[in-house]
Amino acid sequence: MAAGLACLALQRAFHEQNRGMIMLKLADLIEQHGEELAMLDSIDSGKLVHVTKAFDIKFAADSLRYYGGAADKINGETHKCSGEFQAYTLKEPIGVVGHIIPWNFPTLFFAVKIAPTLAAGCTMIVKPAEQSPLSALYLAHLTKEAGIPDGVINVITGYGPTAGAAITSHMDVDAVSFTGSTEVGKLVMGAAAASNLKTVSLELGGKCPLIVFNDADINMSVQIAWQGGFFNKGEMCVAGSRVYVQEGIYDEFLKKLIENVKDWVIGDPFDPQVHQGPQVDKEQFEKVLRYIEAGKREGATLLTGGKAVGEKGYYIEPTIFTDVKEDLSIAKDEIFGPVICVMKFKTIEEAIEKANNTRYGLAAGILTNDLNVANRVSRSVRAGIIWVNCFFITDLNVPCGGHKMSGFGKDSGLQAMEKYLNVKSVFTPIYNSPWL
Amino acid sequence: MANSLTPSLTFETKDPRNEEVITVVAEGDKDDIDSAVKAARTALDSGAWPRMSGYERGRIMMKYADLIEEHAEELAILDTIDGGKVFSICKNIDIPHTVHLLRYYAGAADKIHGETLKLLGEFQGYTLKEPLGVIGHIIPWNFPSTLFFVKVSPALAAGCTMIVKPAEQTPLSALYYAHLAKQAGIPDGVLNVVTGFGSTAGAALCSHMDVDKVSFTGSTEVGRLVMEAAAKSNLKHVSLELGGKTPLIIFDDADLDMAVNLSQNAAFFNKGEICVAGSRVYVQEGIYDAFVEKSVEMAKSRVVGDPFNSEVHQGPQIDKKQFEKVLKYIEYGKNEGATLLTGGKTCGDKGYFIEPTIFADVNENMKIGKDEIFGPVLSLMKFKTIEEAIEKANATRYGLAAGIITNNLNIAHRVSRSVQAGTIWINCFFVFDPSCPFGGYKMSGFGKDQGLDAIEKYLNVKSIITPIYSSPWL
Repeated sequence: MAAGLACLALQRAFHEQNRGMIMLKLADLIEQHGEELAMLDSIDSGKLVHVTKAFDIKFAADSLRYYGGAADKINGETHKCSGEFQAYTLKEPIGVVGHIIPWNFPTLFFAVKIAPTLAAGCTMIVKPAEQSPLSALYLAHLTKEAGIPDGVINVITGYGPTAGAAITSHMDVDAVSFTGSTEVGKLVMGAAAASNLKTVSLELGGKCPLIVFNDADINMSVQIAWQGGFFNKGEMCVAGSRVYVQEGIYDEFLKKLIENVKDWVIGDPFDPQVHQGPQVDKEQFEKVLRYIEAGKREGATLLTGGKAVGEKGYYIEPTIFTDVKEDLSIAKDEIFGPVICVMKFKTIEEAIEKANNTRYGLAAGILTNDLNVANRVSRSVRAGIIWVNCFFITDLNVPCGGHKMSGFGKDSGLQAMEKYLNVKSVFTPIYNSPWL
Repeated sequence: MANSLTPSLTFETKDPRNEEVITVVAEGDKDDIDSAVKAARTALDSGAWPRMSGYERGRIMMKYADLIEEHAEELAILDTIDGGKVFSICKNIDIPHTVHLLRYYAGAADKIHGETLKLLGEFQGYTLKEPLGVIGHIIPWNFPSTLFFVKVSPALAAGCTMIVKPAEQTPLSALYYAHLAKQAGIPDGVLNVVTGFGSTAGAALCSHMDVDKVSFTGSTEVGRLVMEAAAKSNLKHVSLELGGKTPLIIFDDADLDMAVNLSQNAAFFNKGEICVAGSRVYVQEGIYDAFVEKSVEMAKSRVVGDPFNSEVHQGPQIDKKQFEKVLKYIEYGKNEGATLLTGGKTCGDKGYFIEPTIFADVNENMKIGKDEIFGPVLSLMKFKTIEEAIEKANATRYGLAAGIITNNLNIAHRVSRSVQAGTIWINCFFVFDPSCPFGGYKMSGFGKDQGLDAIEKYLNVKSIITPIYSSPWL
């Protein structure tokens, strides 16, 4: 039904002028209602309200602005042919797009996905995660207010195996984008293949390494490692869950790292003094605790944390394991909770080998001031995003996406629109052209 | 393979002119694919190829192109005897086009660019374009040489290593290309050829955990299996170039002789064994009757026979399976009520020769109007208005190409923008150029071959962000 509406809207949307202007209006509305949206994401997902408002909402509004300003800058090319032909490429909207978005950044992902799709002139169906449907419904309402025609953006709340699966196997959906776990990513791609060979883009899991060299600023490194592991309660695909520290600074690093524990406040995410809210639901909560038990059982050393907090809700202490061998489940699997493994390394070769010893390849961080180390390691680590002397830096102008089993296709950057465009080559013979 | 396989299993490759065995070829299986992938992985992770400059890779690729040109005759003979393709066309079109492609990408290898990016805050961002890794190429039997290099050239330029699994019907030229690659100086392990069947060697490639991407050209049905296997295994990248049911739309103002000529070529070139065959010809009512008359006359004048004979226009279909499939569709056409204007029968007692066949009064609901036949069968349909032509042209799950014949500027623009297909030919057909992207819409697949775009399929984009201090500008 939604797809049908989206199809009809596609016809009308082609005649819509100034898509960009409408998108800018939507950006303003998102910002104006930032407080409500942040509260919805917070109560749905346990995210910190003040951080969601300052970061998530701003990024969401800005993505509408970035792509709103790009909508009239979509260019094909003319080509020089070997014979007397004129050829050019047209970039056409790919059609009806399905977006399946996750629960860890509900408003942010909604905007990041719809913005390039709107700019490309497509119509879409958004299926928000069942854990966090509220902001998506509010955003649907805001899109109408902004002047986006009926049928262009359709929001269907529901579950993955039913609504999500229906989108991925729909014969009349032209493209699907999915952000979530690698396991479900496989199902999405399989369903696309079994149905109508719709194009697929996947942003999946990660087990991101943060590599800290001896010459790194130790205080900065400790802060980056702490935030890398515990920001958003570790519910980040790019969480720096594996921290490799060079032996020269290892002991001092650990000492300073656990000093952060005493000031770290776990509690109600509506409270601006709180640093970490609850995990998103019971399933995730139990999964994280299971991994903590596995870590202990498999012989890693629990440096700090490891326990649930309070009687009610899904709160877990920031947890650090050391003496972690590469083959332990806590070092291999994506935990998606406030758990990090800190490991020691000697040489740059060892760091690179260990960093790459994963089927994931989403992001990596490198802390060093040595130019050659930075260049060598950034080129050698197999990941789609490399942060040198920083972490979690996202920018709308920078393409973001994984290598290996972290997926394919980029969000952010002008490149992101290409997923929603079909390239058409047009040839015509030419006569009496003064040049070829 | 870098070194030849010691065949434990072999299979026969046949000559479609007379159904005789040409020779036996090694039948690669899962283990052989594993060995090839290991060789490719080693060549990538520790070999010279990705560590060479694009310029050096380009020079080796140019040498490779020269060698192919020197051996054009032998290669054309191999494709003719394996694939039933017309020899003079193989020698004068297929092989030169192959060489052109390889040279195009050789010249592009040192022109691969990432970008520096302006960020919102005090950060420097840039993208690096890295070789994607170990690539699997599964290529079809209809253009064994051209499609080998359509796939291999951009992957080589990108610095990747690869395994090519040629179609079981046409393994011969691929093996020769592997031999020439070594002669050209392509390091061992970079370009591996494993001959074998789709369900064994091909499937092993698609589900291999250490292959980073598979590119497939073939039927839509098998394309699905390729993508499913990629999804189930390691989520490798996939690009698919699949079937088509390409419409050719001829307006009243078209030059009649040019239009008839073009449509014959569109439907019957390479015995109709081409994914972009113009198998649906829509003719506007004003010129329809004259068009039909001339088409039948022209079809009757096409010479079907031994593809080595320079007088022959059309050789045999590739194998027994395709031959029987085409004949089945001709029967469907007759049973479903289309009018058989000419052809419809086999030629000769041996081999897989079929007469150029034209049906009229076809509609899009008939099997011959819907399915890809992949044989010398042309379906003729009449139309009145431009709206009708567009609607009918789009009434297909395929979207590979389309042709438009008109001299009216506005018709040309409107129809080219309205037909949902990846390549539009206006007043021409089958025009390919190494610089122009080629690839389907809808269920004809995704991902582009040719053009600089094609190299992107074999590159991984990596974004690098670093804080900057005291920069005089943002």
